[in-house]
Amino acid sequence: MESFFSRFKNVLVLVAVLLAQTIGLAIQVRRPVEVGAPDGKKVTLLRSSVVAAIAPIERFFHGIGYNVRYGWSNYVDLRGTKQENRSLKDEVARLRLEQAQLAEDALQGHRLQTLLNFQRNYVSTTVAAQVIGASGTDRSRVLYIDKGADEGLKVDQAVMTPDGIVGKIRAAFPHTSQILLINDPTSGAGVLLASTRIRAILRGNQTGHIVITNLTPDSRIKPGESVLTSGGDQIYPRGLSVGTIESIAPDPDHQPYTIIQIKPSTNLFQLEEVLVITGTRNDLSPLAKKDLAQGEARAKEMAAAKAAADEAAAEAAAQSAAQIISEKLPSIHEGGEAPGDKAPVDLSNPTAASPAPKPQPALHPDRYSPGATPPASSLKPGAEHGATEYVSPAPHPQRSAPQAQAPASEGEGDSPAASKPPAPKPPSTAPKPPSTQDKPKPRSTEPDNP
Amino acid sequence: MPSLSYTSRRELEEHSFSPAVTILVPVAAIVLQVLLSKLFWRFSMLDLPLIVAIFFAVSRRSPTVGTLTGAAIGLVQDALTGRPIGVNGMAKSVIGYIAASIGIQVDVDSLTTRVIMNFAFSMLNSAILFLIGRRLLGQTEIHMQWIQELLRALANTVVAIPVFLLLDTTKRAE
Repeated sequence: MESFFSRFKNVLVLVAVLLAQTIGLAIQVRRPVEVGAPDGKKVTLLRSSVVAAIAPIERFFHGIGYNVRYGWSNYVDLRGTKQENRSLKDEVARLRLEQAQLAEDALQGHRLQTLLNFQRNYVSTTVAAQVIGASGTDRSRVLYIDKGADEGLKVDQAVMTPDGIVGKIRAAFPHTSQILLINDPTSGAGVLLASTRIRAILRGNQTGHIVITNLTPDSRIKPGESVLTSGGDQIYPRGLSVGTIESIAPDPDHQPYTIIQIKPSTNLFQLEEVLVITGTRNDLSPLAKKDLAQGEARAKEMAAAKAAADEAAAEAAAQSAAQIISEKLPSIHEGGEAPGDKAPVDLSNPTAASPAPKPQPALHPDRYSPGATPPASSLKPGAEHGATEYVSPAPHPQRSAPQAQAPASEGEGDSPAASKPPAPKPPSTAPKPPSTQDKPKPRSTEPDNP
Repeated sequence: MPSLSYTSRRELEEHSFSPAVTILVPVAAIVLQVLLSKLFWRFSMLDLPLIVAIFFAVSRRSPTVGTLTGAAIGLVQDALTGRPIGVNGMAKSVIGYIAASIGIQVDVDSLTTRVIMNFAFSMLNSAILFLIGRRLLGQTEIHMQWIQELLRALANTVVAIPVFLLLDTTKRAE
């Protein structure tokens, strides 16, 4: 028996080592996952020990590299600072305009959400951290940051950059945390396609890309569409940028599903600083509210300025139209004045600019001709129309047309109204003051009219 | 006669290392791997701990020591990843055992042997990791990407040659 062990010592050691690790793997894989703890206690202890040994070395080297870069960028490489400052100022101005444009919609959306009692999680507190290390292998995409449980970080807290989401905290050690990147094969996130509002599940693949594999082909989904977090996974707050759709292809392994590859908003391969979301709230933070209020005020100012500009433009257009009309209408030119000879029109006083045209004298005057009708003030109740004398207000420069008593022309003889001109019927009561409404109207259709 | 040759070779070329080297070199390899892959993500294709495990296994020429060294390096590597602990441990245990067994019979100091050995072990490492993932962990979505694994093996081989030459200086003949 002793010779057996001594003879097969090496093989037995190998088998024992492999068996122990296989059992360990089986325990880790089959162990029921506790909330907030991705590993069992013993595994966590082992990881914690290794990280505690390696992290200080990583931190040391990272510190050296950071100081070198910091020194270079802050003291040596300042040549483009002025130009950069100018471009940043331009960008700030542009962003202010954008903010003003979006603020009103944002406030309205916020009010509607409040009305509908939507539970919306806004990022309220974050902890900035620096990336100090990685897993060292492309088969597991995790990072290490220089903040841990002592700084308030916990497992399953979302990690992001200003550009978009990065991943979540997988393990929190006292002064270090392990981040599981979203492009790791074991990672996942609930997402929402921005324009089509289709919900999906995002995961990493072997090659380090992030893909959606649970959607069937849909013609509405197109490359370039933005992908946002949906908030359904209870880890990433809703509305954070994930990336844009890069390509859509059929999934050869799982028909009829498609593989939608996403280009992440954040460069996951070159991360230096990240933000860990440590707190969310249902309403906007005071600072965000203040920013929105500022944006809304600016939007109102912009709207008022725009309205004033529109009004000025409309007025200018109206003036231009009046000028064109005044130039083109022949009746408004006095005597033989050519339109081009006319003095400039005073647009502020349209009555002075365009005097009322005088009517041409009638060739065959009748009782409807201008000036033929006596004014109401000259009429007397019961008086004969023909006996009334008045002075016509309208001038008749060339032809003095006969008055109402004049015999009708040949063509008009057939009309009963012509042969029997109507007289205003006096009211039975006292005469009313003259007005345009009381002016006697000709009743040509009533032959029996006295 | 073969057994005489076997014994003589083993006695002649078995090396040992000081405890400091035994501990510090694997730790340095792991730290360097982590730092390099953080600095430039393409370096994560390399596997410096694997190279060190192979070197110690073939130099000591003891399958037991090679197995244990490989297991230890692999477990530490696993502890830094998000994967279950034991995946790299198992792969490097097997490689440590085979490398030490080969080291007994083959001249592992020649350049050609080192090139072939590193390339083959790198491919074997990828194959074992794939099998563990696929069969033991049930990750059916993973596939063997041959081109990537060949490139990885090639890169490991290129890096392994100078690393072996450097580590040769730490050998202590018995």
